[in-house]
Amino acid sequence: MTEIINSAYIISALLFGWGLKLLSSPVTARRGNLLSALGMLLAIVVTLMNQNIVDYRFIAIGIIVGSIVGVLAARLVAMTAMPEMVALLNGFGGIASLLVGWAEYNSNQSPGSFTGVTIFLTVLIGGVTFSGSVIAWAKLKEIWIGNFGISKALVFKGQQVFNSLLLLAILVCGGLFLANVGDVYTVFLVIIGLAFVLGIMAVIPIGGADMPVVISLLNSYSGMAACAAGFVIQNNILIVAGSLVGASGIILTNIMCKAMNRSLANVLFSGFGSVITKASAGEQGEVKPLTVEDGYYLLEASSSVAFVPGYGLAVAQAQHAVRELSDLLEANGCEVRFAVHPVAGRMPGHMNVLLAEADVPYDQLVEMEDINPIMETVDVCVVVGANDVVNPAALDDETSPIYGMPIIEVERAKTVIVMKRSMATGFAGVQNPLFFKDNTRMLFGDAKASLQGLVSEFKHD
Amino acid sequence: MSPEFVFLAFILVLAIFLGFELISKVPATLHTPLMSGSNAISGIAIVGALISAGSDHNQLSVILGTAAVAFATINVVGGYLVTNRMLAMFKKKGDEKK
Repeated sequence: MTEIINSAYIISALLFGWGLKLLSSPVTARRGNLLSALGMLLAIVVTLMNQNIVDYRFIAIGIIVGSIVGVLAARLVAMTAMPEMVALLNGFGGIASLLVGWAEYNSNQSPGSFTGVTIFLTVLIGGVTFSGSVIAWAKLKEIWIGNFGISKALVFKGQQVFNSLLLLAILVCGGLFLANVGDVYTVFLVIIGLAFVLGIMAVIPIGGADMPVVISLLNSYSGMAACAAGFVIQNNILIVAGSLVGASGIILTNIMCKAMNRSLANVLFSGFGSVITKASAGEQGEVKPLTVEDGYYLLEASSSVAFVPGYGLAVAQAQHAVRELSDLLEANGCEVRFAVHPVAGRMPGHMNVLLAEADVPYDQLVEMEDINPIMETVDVCVVVGANDVVNPAALDDETSPIYGMPIIEVERAKTVIVMKRSMATGFAGVQNPLFFKDNTRMLFGDAKASLQGLVSEFKHD
Repeated sequence: MSPEFVFLAFILVLAIFLGFELISKVPATLHTPLMSGSNAISGIAIVGALISAGSDHNQLSVILGTAAVAFATINVVGGYLVTNRMLAMFKKKGDEKK
């Protein structure tokens, strides 16, 4: 029986790997996801044949409850709320691994030293993943506690000291746990508690726009937790699947950090954006506002338009309006592209999913490296709710906190229309010289309303 | 260290290598579905949870196992369904018929 189960696990691993391979193209991605799900189903079904399982009642309860919640969540979640959904799912993966480690320890309270280490790692990583994900979720939801917005980066005096003590406490408890002397079960529970605190402390100093990094990292942790749990129960499918996810999260984290020209350490510890930078003096000039009507004349006369979406697009729920405008422009004989910065939005690929929801074909989506070389040929660049990712200070102002970050160089287009609520600074708290350039026009107001205004101008014509 | 652990570590190294190879080929457009899809895979912890929830030697272990099964199932079911829902929206120019 064990042989059958283990052979089936090999097939599962194969299906996971193959499924990820098919994710390399939007054409095959859906099939890939299906294969991966099939692999999971196979792993679950053969595990149920395990001889240690003698009672199926509780399994049934767990699966039924989990399925109902899972199906409802997947059906009901709005595409704009996808970052929150992914954050929560990461957390559930983490807590599941933690509980597996705990249950295993509870059944066998004198594990060998190697198993002891793996149990310790499982509850530690699982706990950090869970509480960190819950905080990330709260930040993405922009929950307010009193008049304190949790989505802001929270940095307090003595934070470094507190965190060092926390780490020390975890190491000491880990040592006591492995030495297996005294009231080890209590020590074990303290470790779980400390892991939760560590997860909270790790995520609170991170601000809203750095969320893509945090979510990727938590994604990676949830894989590592599963991987560690695999060592605890000596199960190879957990190790394989867990490390695939761990690798995926690390790669995404790395891509996100590169796209912001910051090191992972800088993102995790600096509390970026919590310090209000002095509005950089110097080259500020006059802002040239634009009416919807004038915007229409500009767009109507252009033969190449590029939209640059940012988090503001998601906030304004403007993805359908932008697509409607893009259709009208195309009908007018104009070439339309959507230029997406890797860290636009609150998680990797956030903008792409929103635009896909609004039926924007994916071959119209252009990555930063591909749009910049042809920027001069673009007649009008429309910036919808993006700010820091189009800030030219990143290129030429060495004093700017975002200096060195690769940006979409919209200022090289013939004309730039920036849709913005007000002149407030972006997440990084830096003034954007783009707004004062000669070829920039500001279209103030809600992005969705502005886009709809442009759409109706086109229709009236 | 027993031979068993050496073998598991061997699997770990190969799987990490494979993961890096496969995932670095995923385009930026699909990064969100990649996250939610790989997230569903991390629900594989359900395999361990099933064994804890189904064994009868310790009541607390069964309770912990059952909770783990529930969480991991949310992870698996929610993750795959939402990924499928997202991927269904990605369309090429031309195939816009619904």
